[in-house]
Amino acid sequence: MEKKAIRVAYGEALVRLGAENEKVVVLDADLAAATMTNAFKKEYPNRFYDCGIAEADMVDIAAGMSTMGLIPFCSTFAVFAGRCYDQIRNGVCYPKFNVKFGFSHAGITLGEDGGSHQAIEDLALMRVLPNMTVFAPSDANEVYQCVEAAAKIDGPVYIRTARLPSPIYDPRPFTVGKGTVIKDGKDCVLFTCGIILEHVLDAAEKLKDYGIDAAVVSFHTIKPFDEELAREYTAKCKNVFTIEEHSVIGGLGDAVASAIITHGVEKFRKIGIQDVFGQSGKPADLLREYKLTGPQMAEEIAGVLKG
Amino acid sequence: MDIQALQVHARHVRQNIIKMTAKAGAGHPGGSLSCTDALVALYFDVMNVDPKDEKNPQRDRFVLSKGHAAPALYGTLCERGYFEEKEFDLFRQLHGILQGHPDIKKCPGVDASTGSLGQGISIAVGMALGARHTGNPCHVYTIVGDGESQEGLVWEASMAAAHYHLDNLTVILDHNGMQIDGTNDEVMSIGDIHAKAVAFGYDVIEVADGNDMQQVLDALHTPPKEGKPRYIILNTLKGKGVSFMEGQVGWHGKAPNAEQAAQALKELED
Repeated sequence: MEKKAIRVAYGEALVRLGAENEKVVVLDADLAAATMTNAFKKEYPNRFYDCGIAEADMVDIAAGMSTMGLIPFCSTFAVFAGRCYDQIRNGVCYPKFNVKFGFSHAGITLGEDGGSHQAIEDLALMRVLPNMTVFAPSDANEVYQCVEAAAKIDGPVYIRTARLPSPIYDPRPFTVGKGTVIKDGKDCVLFTCGIILEHVLDAAEKLKDYGIDAAVVSFHTIKPFDEELAREYTAKCKNVFTIEEHSVIGGLGDAVASAIITHGVEKFRKIGIQDVFGQSGKPADLLREYKLTGPQMAEEIAGVLKG
Repeated sequence: MDIQALQVHARHVRQNIIKMTAKAGAGHPGGSLSCTDALVALYFDVMNVDPKDEKNPQRDRFVLSKGHAAPALYGTLCERGYFEEKEFDLFRQLHGILQGHPDIKKCPGVDASTGSLGQGISIAVGMALGARHTGNPCHVYTIVGDGESQEGLVWEASMAAAHYHLDNLTVILDHNGMQIDGTNDEVMSIGDIHAKAVAFGYDVIEVADGNDMQQVLDALHTPPKEGKPRYIILNTLKGKGVSFMEGQVGWHGKAPNAEQAAQALKELED
């Protein structure tokens, strides 16, 4: 299957958007070569602003630019969402300014740079902010759709992207705030988001060996969250697993838990980063270390269902 | 506008600050009184703004980076005609438009929500950059506190202002020398702020008495130097205009009681 890092798709999406909408400007904090905004910089040098290694300043500059009718997209590493959080909160979300955040290198599959750079908390930080829309696309096609949708939303939007090349699936219909059924099933449902979808699908395949028919539902929008779909599949499958490349605290797992708690769930487990920081390593080794490969997850899920 | 008229407006704004904070029993009178003259100069003489056309895209912009001086901004906006004095009754109260710190969503005439220190100047830099990008001829003004200048973001924003040659930006330092816990020098000295501003690439103007309307006007009317953001240091007096508040750290974030308010208003009588 063809693979592409979703950060690359983000860069491509910005270039496309730039052609359609001259109000779009792109800001980066000296990471254009990594967040892939350099594609936009090359195409539209007069609409690209480097803010230097000063993420907080980048966010408030974007806030100010938005008041002049521009649509700024800010980019840096997702792990720095924390260092410019006050600016995202008070500078952008509080006044509901029209600023977009395309933050990349999220999760442990960032790899070798290690735990200091692996964002496992960004979805939690963003979900809790009023006025914020939160996207966690699972492949390049969803990134294109998220970026296009972000430009149409009047208000702040967070788009989580990643470093590691991941499979490109056939384009799926896209509606902001709606989840997508990737695979139907009856014994349990695996709710997921982001590029870990590849391993979730692998887990669903392996679960067949255990005689378990698992549904897979992916959410490109974490906020507003598709509670209806989460409840529908909870009612249908009873046993619910959430899988994310993020802390099990505050991310997709908790969004699902809040939605389904009174809706007939029988077994429930949050699979993800279990309240620890990451470490250096190759992405494949890290996924294994944190028990996020398909076979490991299938074993864990089967254990819960048969336990 | 002639200077006497501006001085009258400044007196009215100071009265507004006392009325508002006394009624609410809260707020920041000290640092509001110190930057009152600059605000009056901006809104009544320097800036191209019109309360009857408050959303005009080409209006000049103002960002109160030291957002806790909201009573001075509200007092000025009211005096300028953006809203009625009755709004003072709900200053810092439920459902009021005059929030504890300026809120662009609630208060007419406010161009940015501020209060988290350091952010206003950075937002102002973005406004100036965005104005230039869109060919908007407006000028962006911001008032920064000296205590606020301990925030690293102030200097990140300053670096960007010089890097992008924002000569459509004027940063005004309300240098009253005091903050919540004491003088700047007791808490965290900001050192030679004039030299720092020069080193960061600003065109710097220092005003000996930032509460002297003529001196403030002269500085604000000095034409900007091409390619450079401007930085005006106003040496001001915290609590200016109310004898018992002047130069007193204790009036940073404390409202006057009824008796004190009466005395202050008497001192500020027309």
